[in-house]
Amino acid sequence: MRTFGSLLVRGLIVGLFAGLLAGTFAFVTGEPRIDSAIAIEEANASAHSHDAGSGSGHHEHAAEEEPLVSRDGQRFGLFLAASLYGVALGGIFAVGFTLLRRRLRTSSDSYAALGLAAAGYAGIVLVPFFKYPPNPPAVGDPDTITQRTVTYLLTLVIGLLAVWAGVAASRWVQRFGDLPWIRLAGGGAALVLTVVVAYLILPKINEVPDTFPATLLWQFRLASLGTQTVLWTLLGIGFAAAIDRRTPVAAAPKVVAA
Amino acid sequence: MTAPVSTSSVAVPALSPRLLAFALLTVGLALMLAYLVAFDQGALSHSGMYLHELMHDGRHLLGVPCH
Ligand SMILES: [Zn+2]
Repeated sequence: MRTFGSLLVRGLIVGLFAGLLAGTFAFVTGEPRIDSAIAIEEANASAHSHDAGSGSGHHEHAAEEEPLVSRDGQRFGLFLAASLYGVALGGIFAVGFTLLRRRLRTSSDSYAALGLAAAGYAGIVLVPFFKYPPNPPAVGDPDTITQRTVTYLLTLVIGLLAVWAGVAASRWVQRFGDLPWIRLAGGGAALVLTVVVAYLILPKINEVPDTFPATLLWQFRLASLGTQTVLWTLLGIGFAAAIDRRTPVAAAPKVVAA
Repeated sequence: MTAPVSTSSVAVPALSPRLLAFALLTVGLALMLAYLVAFDQGALSHSGMYLHELMHDGRHLLGVPCH
């Protein structure tokens, strides 16, 4: 048994490293896409600069004014954002693990951590991704940012509820036969049903301009999905390693020795 | 039904009101941190749009709606 403090410290440190590496992945795969998108955005902005009120966006990368943070600053900010986001997720993950561990029907803490990470990834990343795929700069109407933020958070919560419904259903159908395929089918059906119903009810949002290159759009989206996949994968594996007393200290130096 | 996992073998402490209080506090602080990265426009950070602009690329690539 570990104390909550011990689990929390491990969650935070693992989250920091997972975030840092996800940030590195994002830097390599995503920054070139963001640069291309900003170039398109700036080309659009200068093309429309004779229009009145072209500066109504909630923020912009327009080159005319001195930006608050330079592009290099934002590239550094990417690592900072990913690391802090990882720390936050790591803290929440440690709490979730502490509170839910006994409800997960496995004797292995490692499988429990990996299962929890898979559940979080499905609910927080995959469910929002397929309804509202993330967009690069130059895509999106600044006037709808509040609506898009609310629906994004809503899909995230619905995603977690869908995962919960899937787990609950997979346990319920056990009464009809305790076979792996019955549990998987029952759980999968409940999860998919919840997600499909939510997708149908939630508003359609598509603000991609017709002129925006489709290749660039999807390169960006896959970079974003990859970034979050790296983050959650490392969070799950890292946490499993960090709480396991059998983990060789050399393999996970600070975390285990702490 | 699978038998519940025996309490002594898992890596987590027994639940108590004190633990739940710490858990709630942790989640609150973590959500505040995530908010600063993903959504803040000066309301919480008192940095104006500075933090917002600094986190800009991260926000896009972490899948958060931006602009
Ligand atoms: Zn943006």
